[in-house]
Parts: sequence; structure tokens; C-alpha cells
Amino acid sequence: MPRNENPLRVIGGKTTLFFEMAGEFAILIKNILLGLPVSIKKFHLTVEQMLFMGVNSLPLIMITSIFTGGVASVQAAYMFSDYVPMRYLGTAVGKSVILELGPVLTALVVAGRVGAAIAAELGTMKVTEQIDALETLALDPVKYLVAPRFISGLIMLPVLTIFSDFIAILGGLLVSTLFLNVSSFTFLNGLKLFFRMSDVWAGLLKAFVFGGIIALVGCYMGFRTEGGAEGVGRSTTRAVVMASVMILITDYILASFLFGS
Amino acid sequence: MIEIKELFKNFGRNQVLNGVSLNIEKGETIVILGRSGCGKSVLLKHIIGLMRPDSGQIFIDEEEVTSYSNDKLYDLRKRFGMLFQGSALFDSMTVEENVGLGLTEHTHLGREKIKEIVKEKLRLVGMSGVENLRPAELSGGMKKRVGLARAIAMNPEFVLYDEPTTGLDPIMADVINELIIRLRDTLSITSIAVTHDIVSAYKIADRIAMLYEGKIIFAGTPEETKNTTDPVVKQFIEGSSEGPIPTLE
Ligand SMILES: Nc1ncnc2c1ncn2[C@@H]1O[C@H](COP(=O)(O)OP(=O)(O)O)[C@@H](O)[C@H]1O
Ligand SMILES: [Mg+2]
Repeated sequence: MPRNENPLRVIGGKTTLFFEMAGEFAILIKNILLGLPVSIKKFHLTVEQMLFMGVNSLPLIMITSIFTGGVASVQAAYMFSDYVPMRYLGTAVGKSVILELGPVLTALVVAGRVGAAIAAELGTMKVTEQIDALETLALDPVKYLVAPRFISGLIMLPVLTIFSDFIAILGGLLVSTLFLNVSSFTFLNGLKLFFRMSDVWAGLLKAFVFGGIIALVGCYMGFRTEGGAEGVGRSTTRAVVMASVMILITDYILASFLFGS
Repeated sequence: MIEIKELFKNFGRNQVLNGVSLNIEKGETIVILGRSGCGKSVLLKHIIGLMRPDSGQIFIDEEEVTSYSNDKLYDLRKRFGMLFQGSALFDSMTVEENVGLGLTEHTHLGREKIKEIVKEKLRLVGMSGVENLRPAELSGGMKKRVGLARAIAMNPEFVLYDEPTTGLDPIMADVINELIIRLRDTLSITSIAVTHDIVSAYKIADRIAMLYEGKIIFAGTPEETKNTTDPVVKQFIEGSSEGPIPTLE
């Protein structure tokens, strides 16, 4: 329905919606935490979700990671040109992969695959009254549907990120030895040179937060679904877009906390 | 006994329940008639606590339940079963897991015992032998019956039916009607059905009520309903487009 809306009113509406959503997110997280004892007792539900997340995203993560590592190598070499010695190539690739590319790209891939799947599944359950049915059986959807996905996201994103880090660095190594005339010895030495375990932890902390975001946004959009199959499609798209935006914003916030002076 | 007192509920500008009051006696089957979109599902969802009213109260056995905390609501719901309009079976589970879910989660019964109860409930609704099928493999009528088996798995005191016969062929609709009657007679369940199927209403109801413009405007026995002089009720049961009910939105 095209309506002649006052732009101020639209902005006001969106702002209200933002705060409403923030509030609902907070309530969702609170309820997950309250239901944690139940979730631990029903850990098989979480394991199911972990397998789903892993199996669904691994192939795509492998492909994106190997090329991302390759690109990181090529671009770093280009930026170094004659000013920075090539023995630092491994350092540059390693740092950028571990701190930024691994966690963020993994999260974006998982948001597209798993976040969308969560929103579609829960959205379908919502519009076919399966969520209501769960409630009438005195089973709390937050404990049975949201918590397993949330916990699984928190665990699986770091795991997938570790995979992604390894494969991306391997991609960087391959490109540098095959096309950039940098031996694997030089590359790996560079990688070791300024390697710090704290960087790995920082990257994994990001992944942990991103995992929570993807699951929460997927569930939230699923629960909000209205209006049949069309509504499910809308929620799915929204979940991916919103998770992606939130991942990038949170990435910045975390980076300024972790590395800002 | 369920007492509904002056229930109001609106969604934005859409005033759906506008002071609904109704008493439902223990052991009776009451059918609430109303047009599509008049708030029948919304009313059922208030009774079972899936929605909270803007104002008004619901008493169950003299206890006010509209102000219950979520935990108490979950306990209360164990005394209810609900058959949804589209059956709402869980796609990801087999028929057996669907029917047995409440028992698995809320009782300490062993796997074999639950299997046995599920089998018994499926037999009761005439659906023996489908335990290992998935909802996607069932027809609409079969889904309804499995949904009914799930609704009565925990031996509830109250069963709510949301348009139990809508979308079924007349023969399957009658099968469901017979089942509802049988459940009342054998398990002495209090049943609340909402529907616009007047044939079904006459067949299963001890009492018929009519929801119109957010209020219960009539309640009486099927006999009283047939002989009513209320123009709105009369128009509805005659299925006529002529009368006081506006047909254009
Ligand atoms: N969750 C909801 N949010 C907003 N509006 C709703 C919601 N549920 C029902 N409604 C509205 O309430 C009215 C009654 O709906 P419902 O009870 O489903 O009708 P019916 O009598 O066909 O079961 C409809 O106008 C519907 O759009
Ligand atoms: Mg309805």
C-alpha cells in the first residue's frame, strides 16, 4: 500500500522500531540465560544444530577462505612493492587473516547460509502455528528452539573461524610461492615473526560474538514472521541483511575496544 | 469451569475482542460460531494463555488465570490440549514423536511406556500404524487426527478445537465430528470448538454461542439456536447474504 508518509514520521517510526528491537533482543538473551540449565540438560538439541551449522557452511567457507588468503597475499605484495621487504608478506597475510578476514568472512558466509536457514525454519513454524503448538504443550520455544541455536552459534563460529584461518593462510602461502616468488620458508618465517597468541584470541572473540548475533537475529526474525510463505521469504532476507550489518558494526566496535588506544 | 469476563483485545486500530463474556461448564461441548476473521482463534488463544487481554479476566475453576506468570501459565497449559486449524504438527518429527512430545518432556515414563500410550491415542483417532510417517506424508484429514491424538496425549481436562472441520471433505469432516463426540463421552473432556461450520456445530454442540463484532451476542442449545429470532444469528445459520450482517468490508 503506497502511502504518502511524512518523512519525519518514517524516521520516528524506524527509531521506535530500533529501540523496540533492542529491547526484545535483551529480553531474548535474558530468557536464554534463565533457561540455560534446561539447555544443558537437552544438549543433544544443541549438538544437532552444531552439526547443521558445520556441515552447511564448511564447503563454502573453504572456498571463500582459500581465495581470500590468496587475495590477501597479492594485495599485500602490491602494497609492499619496493618499500617493504617480502619477508614480511607472511606477517601481513597472517595478521589480516587472523584478526579480520577469517572471523568476518566466516561470519558473513554463515549469516547467509545458517542465519537464513534459521529464520526460514522458525518463520515457517510461526506461520503454521507450530510455535503456538509448542507453547500449548507447555514447552518454551526459547528453551527448545532459540537456546540450542544460540549456543551452537557461540561454539561453532570460533571453530569454523579456526578452519577458515588455516585455509586462508594456506591460500596465501600457495599464491606467494606459486606466483609471487616468495618461498614458503620466507612466508612462514614472516608469519612467525610477529605472531601473537593474543591476536588469535581476539579473532576468536569476534567470532564468538558474531555467532551469537547470527543465531539471535535468525531466531528473532523467524519469530516475528507474519503472513504465510511470502512473510517467510521476507524474514529470511531481513535476517541475512540485518545480521551482516550488525556483524560489520560490531566488528568495528570490538576492534576499537581491543586495539584502540 | 471456565468463566470469561469482559475480555477486550485490540491489535493496533483493529479492535478484535470487544467485551467477550461467556461461561463454559465442566464436561460440556460448546461451539462458538463466527465469521472468518471475527476473532475466534484470538479468543481460543486467550483461553489457553497464548495471548494476554488488554482488559478483562478469565477464571478457570474460580482461579483468575489472566494475571498468571509465565511459569504458572506453562503449568496450566498441561491441563489443556489444542487442535490447531492447520494441525500444526512439527515438521521435523515423526508422528510418534509429535504425539509423544508432551509425555517425553513432562513425565518420567520410559520410552516403551510412551510408545504404548502413543499407540493407544492413535488408535483412538483411527490412525494406527502411522507412527513412523512424517507430517508431510499425511493428508489434511490424517493430520487433523494426529493433531487430535497429540492434543489428548496428556489426558487434558479441556480440549480446544480451532475450526476442526474446515478444509476437509464432508465425510472426513463427519469423522472428526464423531471423534469429538467420542472424546467427550469416553474421556469426559470439556470441549471448546470454534468454527463457521454450522452442520458440525449442530452435531457436536451441547451449547452454541455466537461471536459477532467482538462480543458473544447469543448462547443457547442447538434447539434454541435453530428457533432463534435474533436476526444476526438467524442470518448466519441460514447462510444468507441478506440481513443485518454487513457483507462488504
Ligand atoms: N498476532 C496478531 N497480530 C495482529 N493481528 C492479529 C493477530 N492475530 C489475529 N489478528 C487479527 O485479529 C482478527 C481476528 O483473527 P482470528 O482470530 O484469526 O480470526 P478467525 O475468527 O478467522 O479465527 C483478524 O483481523 C486478524 O488480522
Ligand atoms: Mg482462525
